[in-house]
Amino acid sequence: MQESIVRFENISMQFPGVLANDDVSFDIKKGEVFALVGENGAGKSTLMNILYGINKPTSGNVYIKGQKVEKFSPSDAISHGVGMVHQHFMLVPSFTVAQNIVMSKEPRKYGIFYNLKEANNITRRLVEEYGLEVEAEDTVEEISVGLQQRVEILKTLYRGADVLILDEPTAVLTPQETEELFQVIRKIVEEKQMTVIIITHKLYEVMAISDRVGVMRQGKLVGVEETKNVNERILASMMVGREVLFDDIEKTGEPGEVQIKADNLYVADNRGLMAVNGVSLEVRAGEVLGIAAIEGNGQSELLEALTGMRPVQRGEFYIQGEKSNGKTPGQIRELGLAHIPEDRVATGVSLQSTITENLIIGKQRQSAFSKYKLHLKQSSVVRYAEELFEKFDMRGSGIETAVGSLSGGNMQKVVVAREFSFDTPILIIAQPTRGVDIGAIEFIHKQIIKKRNEGCAVLLASADLDEVFRLSDRIITLYEGKITGEFKAGEIDKMGISYYMTGSRDADTQKEEGGAQNE
Amino acid sequence: MEILAEVFNIGLLQNTLRTATPVILAAMGGLLTEKAGIMNIGMDGMILVGAFVAVSFSFACTSAAMGVLVAVLVGILIGIFFAIFVVKLKSDEFIIGMALNTFAGGLTVYLLRSIFGVKGTFSDKGIVSLPTVHFDFLEGIPVLDPLLNDNSIFVYLTWILVFLTWLFLYRTPYGFWLRAAGEHPESLETAGISAQKMKFIASILCGVFCGFAGAHLSLGYLTMFSEGMSNSRGFIAFACVIFGMANPPKVFLAALLFGFLQAVGIRLQSVGVPADLTAITPYLATVLMLVYIVASGDRKKKNKAKKQLENI
Repeated sequence: MQESIVRFENISMQFPGVLANDDVSFDIKKGEVFALVGENGAGKSTLMNILYGINKPTSGNVYIKGQKVEKFSPSDAISHGVGMVHQHFMLVPSFTVAQNIVMSKEPRKYGIFYNLKEANNITRRLVEEYGLEVEAEDTVEEISVGLQQRVEILKTLYRGADVLILDEPTAVLTPQETEELFQVIRKIVEEKQMTVIIITHKLYEVMAISDRVGVMRQGKLVGVEETKNVNERILASMMVGREVLFDDIEKTGEPGEVQIKADNLYVADNRGLMAVNGVSLEVRAGEVLGIAAIEGNGQSELLEALTGMRPVQRGEFYIQGEKSNGKTPGQIRELGLAHIPEDRVATGVSLQSTITENLIIGKQRQSAFSKYKLHLKQSSVVRYAEELFEKFDMRGSGIETAVGSLSGGNMQKVVVAREFSFDTPILIIAQPTRGVDIGAIEFIHKQIIKKRNEGCAVLLASADLDEVFRLSDRIITLYEGKITGEFKAGEIDKMGISYYMTGSRDADTQKEEGGAQNE
Repeated sequence: MEILAEVFNIGLLQNTLRTATPVILAAMGGLLTEKAGIMNIGMDGMILVGAFVAVSFSFACTSAAMGVLVAVLVGILIGIFFAIFVVKLKSDEFIIGMALNTFAGGLTVYLLRSIFGVKGTFSDKGIVSLPTVHFDFLEGIPVLDPLLNDNSIFVYLTWILVFLTWLFLYRTPYGFWLRAAGEHPESLETAGISAQKMKFIASILCGVFCGFAGAHLSLGYLTMFSEGMSNSRGFIAFACVIFGMANPPKVFLAALLFGFLQAVGIRLQSVGVPADLTAITPYLATVLMLVYIVASGDRKKKNKAKKQLENI
């Protein structure tokens, strides 16, 4: 148990303009679950990419099982017994489960032909040995994210990995799937004496699964601790470098009039498949309605429809009482709606433009900023941008920085600053803190609650269940485009709600049981 | 009625096979690059160079086999050249493809004039054409005899190559790697296989196929080289790749369809339709094919949505 299996010795990694790893040294012991935590950009993924041979460190040495690593490439790492499950899965969508698992080490017939049958058999044997249920002949693009992750794990096991790196493995999982993953991890560690390194920023998961935890900040290792000697609060302050207050933000006021109303709405996705199947909802002034759903269950299409970005197939929706089917995003915004889109890079900002330019988008015709709607009043635009830059605590070299060069958190702050400063009675918010660090999350959450307390109607969708629970007054669950449950805050816990998110319970069972009960 | 009989007869099918063959060959190469994630519009230039080289070496060595062999070797070189720019240096594949076509056009004209001292067309009795194949057992059988007998050897080789392409892509690990390199290169890289290498291989194989196509064009039924003789077949092959969704049998059928339409065009000339008009058939067909793909995709989506609503 105490034997070192991986050793990092004075690892530094210099990328152009960034020192991603700065003199990092520590050991990982055989048969432990080691959690590596840190904010975005703290250097934890870089370090693991070095171990997996994707990056070669600028200086320093890596030892695996006492052997110094000379060549950095994934195939060398694989031959050392290191396997990695990436945050974005490394699977070919049109191949089957078995074909993905054996890729690069395919069983063959006559030397050159692919033995497809044997690939299926190999997969079934692995499934049996490790108890990771998955169907060998299913096509990867047709199975759930949780199952895809199992395929990834089986892939590394097939290659004989005994050190398994999991990069943010729970980011895409439901609480149930997370629990299943943890069982798998415990099983392979206890029964197969494997070593598991898990990269995460969800601190309760660190507490739940790891034996030891290493904390990174700005490329440096802050410390390595026995998990039993720390708690979430200690870890959070180690990560951020100051006290983080995760106290609940006080909610005040009563809900007012209905601001968003959807009536039996049907919306199709890009492929023409119905993604929203008859959703009806109301959001009142001064309340946050949270949508809890696993990705791909219609929440994106629903919000896009309500903001005019996607046509509605059937049903009606009303913004501030006005029927808004067929209106353009611009017309809907004029009714009093601001929108933080799901994908900030694609639809939230213009990457080449400066912070100032991004902040002024949508306000360029207001008389405060333009002469005769033709010519920008440069000085008032700059003053305004500087004010927001200050107020929303953006970091960076000033308002003339191109937004594309900002970190995810700062980019998101630009979007939040712009949208919130429209001072609209309605906010539609998708994934407000995806890829954003803890400090910025705290800030954005406070701004959202502040808006709510000021009487704003907020519709929120987030893949992060903690976020939904923390911010919402009411929560609805969506499964395959239908509402499967509706809850008041505090009425249900994360485990309980995941049954509704996965469709194993719905509104009918909820009624039968007389309201939702915690599991 | 008589006109119809003049156009639609066994000769039409013979023409279909002949005109489709170079397109099928190039399209097999094109589907390999397409599967490997490279948009390859340089096939026309590759065919043209292949045709020129085949004629030159057939003439110089008085051997059709030498002509084909060198055409293939040069195809490999062009494939490597294309891959160095597109895969290794990551230049824009569209620009490089266009450049390759323009370059091939200029180069063959230049070499034609400087080596053979002719303008426009080079034909000589010394150019050895590719052999035709005769099956005795087919003799006397209606339709099959005139259709399948005495075609140039590449007509038959092409069918085998279509099957081999399919076999390679769907029944060997290398084919899986090539497809993975196009669909999700990172997954191949993390499995320890270079996606770049697979793209190089696809590009080289495409050069080989286009070398075949060129050799067939200049040594198959005609034994001559004329400037610009690829005549946009590379682009039509590309359209067939898209139309057939880069699947060997489907691309094969798409190319046959194209060959059929062109054959109809040629035969219409014999009943008095102006040649300028009939010459546009293949290109018109290409445009219609591609419009059809886009339009049907769109319509499918709309119908799908509508149908789902009806069922609710």
